[in-house]
Amino acid sequence: MPLKSTILMQQLVKTYGHGEAQIKALDGIDLEVYENEFVAIMGPSGSGKSTLMNIIGCLDRPTAGSYLLAEEDISKYNKNQLALIRNKHIGFVFQSYNLLPNVSALENVILPLIYSREPSMDRASMVQKARTCLESVGLGDRLHHTPQELSGGQAQRVAIARALVNDPMLILADEPTGNLDSRSGLEIMDILKDLNLHGRTILLVTHDEKIASYAHRIIHLKDGKIEKDVPNGSNSLSEEVKDARR
Amino acid sequence: MRADKVLLIAWRGLSKNKTRSLLTMLGVIIGVAAVIIMIAISSGTEKEIEEQITGLGSNLIFITQNFSRGGFSRGAPEQSGGLVYDDAFAIADHIPGITGVVVEQDSNEDIKYGSINLESVSILGTTADFPTVRDMQLSSGRYFTEEEIQRKQKVAVLGAKLAKELFGDAPVVGQTISVGNVKLVVIGVFKEKGLIGNIDFDMRVYVPISVVFQKFTPSMFARVMGDRVRMIYVKVNPEYALEDIILQIELLLAKRHGVRRDEADFLITTQQDIIATREATTEAFRNLLAWVAAVSLIVGGIGIMNIMLVSVTERTREIGIRQAVGASPNDIRWQFLTEALLLSLVGGLIGVATGVGGAWLFNQFGQMRTVILPQSILLAFGSAAAVGIFFGYYPANRASQLDPIEALRHE
Repeated sequence: MPLKSTILMQQLVKTYGHGEAQIKALDGIDLEVYENEFVAIMGPSGSGKSTLMNIIGCLDRPTAGSYLLAEEDISKYNKNQLALIRNKHIGFVFQSYNLLPNVSALENVILPLIYSREPSMDRASMVQKARTCLESVGLGDRLHHTPQELSGGQAQRVAIARALVNDPMLILADEPTGNLDSRSGLEIMDILKDLNLHGRTILLVTHDEKIASYAHRIIHLKDGKIEKDVPNGSNSLSEEVKDARR
Repeated sequence: MRADKVLLIAWRGLSKNKTRSLLTMLGVIIGVAAVIIMIAISSGTEKEIEEQITGLGSNLIFITQNFSRGGFSRGAPEQSGGLVYDDAFAIADHIPGITGVVVEQDSNEDIKYGSINLESVSILGTTADFPTVRDMQLSSGRYFTEEEIQRKQKVAVLGAKLAKELFGDAPVVGQTISVGNVKLVVIGVFKEKGLIGNIDFDMRVYVPISVVFQKFTPSMFARVMGDRVRMIYVKVNPEYALEDIILQIELLLAKRHGVRRDEADFLITTQQDIIATREATTEAFRNLLAWVAAVSLIVGGIGIMNIMLVSVTERTREIGIRQAVGASPNDIRWQFLTEALLLSLVGGLIGVATGVGGAWLFNQFGQMRTVILPQSILLAFGSAAAVGIFFGYYPANRASQLDPIEALRHE
């Protein structure tokens, strides 16, 4: 059974500015990420990591080239359509958590449900769904705490619960452990690893080799180009995936 | 996104900043209150005028002294005697199409009956056509006749309220009351008429004008025929053109007074003139309030726009977060538009309460009659909503067009 690709990019280019001042943030990216892969993206700052993540996450659109998400070409989608894709298929985990302040953990996790175009979902089932997600990241006893009342590790777990609540196929984690102490960082990585084991595709941006070592595959970016794309030793993807890629 | 969710998000956004929200609403509150008070005053005035028309009886002409010409101010008043009692009868005798002529001369006297003592009651000396011309009806007894006026009979007809105060429910006709130093026999009581202008028609004593001239006015006026009067009312048969009659009266009086028509010593006014003057006054007031309302609503709208723009800037990161988890530009636009609309509607609601309360206070304590129309509340509320949508759209649209990446980076 051939593997489905979650992300398929061909000759993807992203430029900013015009004429002399034009900057090529991404310069001909060819990238394929399969379903259920765990991929780490590394590279110095300015290498195009964030731009790539933003385009993968449908927060931005490429200047040229094609981008297929779950075999669907979304490079020509408008802002409203992209918002729906983000809502349904992508869960974001940010370095700085990006939770709404003054709002409980539960309400933060409900947020994506509010914007989902599911007219049938009532308040009670939203609460139920959000509660289940928070329980799955071990925060069943912190439902009504606001982000200010939570530790960094707990806040990031709320963010993960929020990323999961619409059951997306892709989790994008941008330096998820960057603001955390090493112990909390490892907890977060264990949760991400667990999510991957349960079938979710994960894309992770990090500077940290140790964090990157959780991935099946590590991509190094430099000057908007893929410099290296290597399987991650002992942790690399199963044999069948390798077969499919050959 | 469903409307109730939008509303909930917007409500939370606003209640985080209560003082600011309230101050933002102030312009709308004033505007809406002004709209309601304005309409309440103008409809109150209209109603008052309407009542006065029916109260006065229609097709009335008022002839008054022109004090700026002739009359009392002239060096030789005997030659140009101003308005005199005989003028009234000349008009009645010589001009066709007149159904009644009334002369009025008033005074104030104390009234005594038994142990009851009323101070400074209005006495109206008048003529036989008075009930017809002013549409007054009797509840008991009769009105005095032309002959009684000629003979200066000491009789009186009472207003309904006055009769009640003096006699209670006891029979009135045939009783004798003291008015000043004069004893008058009550021959009739009018039905209730109410207030017309500032005059309470039910608290007056109506007596033959000759009696007023003789008994209640200073001696220099103490002749009946040829005496000056302040006002003559003429009631015109509606089948005749009012303008023709006015012209005929003008010509007749000018001839009688020996003056040219363009320098007459009298003024002729119709009921329409009086109403027009009053309407012009209220019109000016109404225009002023309309401007206050319009300016407040616009200023209120600009206030809303201003605060919404500040709010969008402050909440850029929140907008970014919402966009990241799937809020579309439409969702964001709706959220902020709903906030603006909610601000203006809550402001409108407070404004309606203030306006209704203000109109009531005007009615209770001011000299102004107000009538609150339900349509005015709808209009005011509608304009508040329109202001919210109009001035809320720009900030809302700006929020919706934010770039999610920029927004997420915003501190």
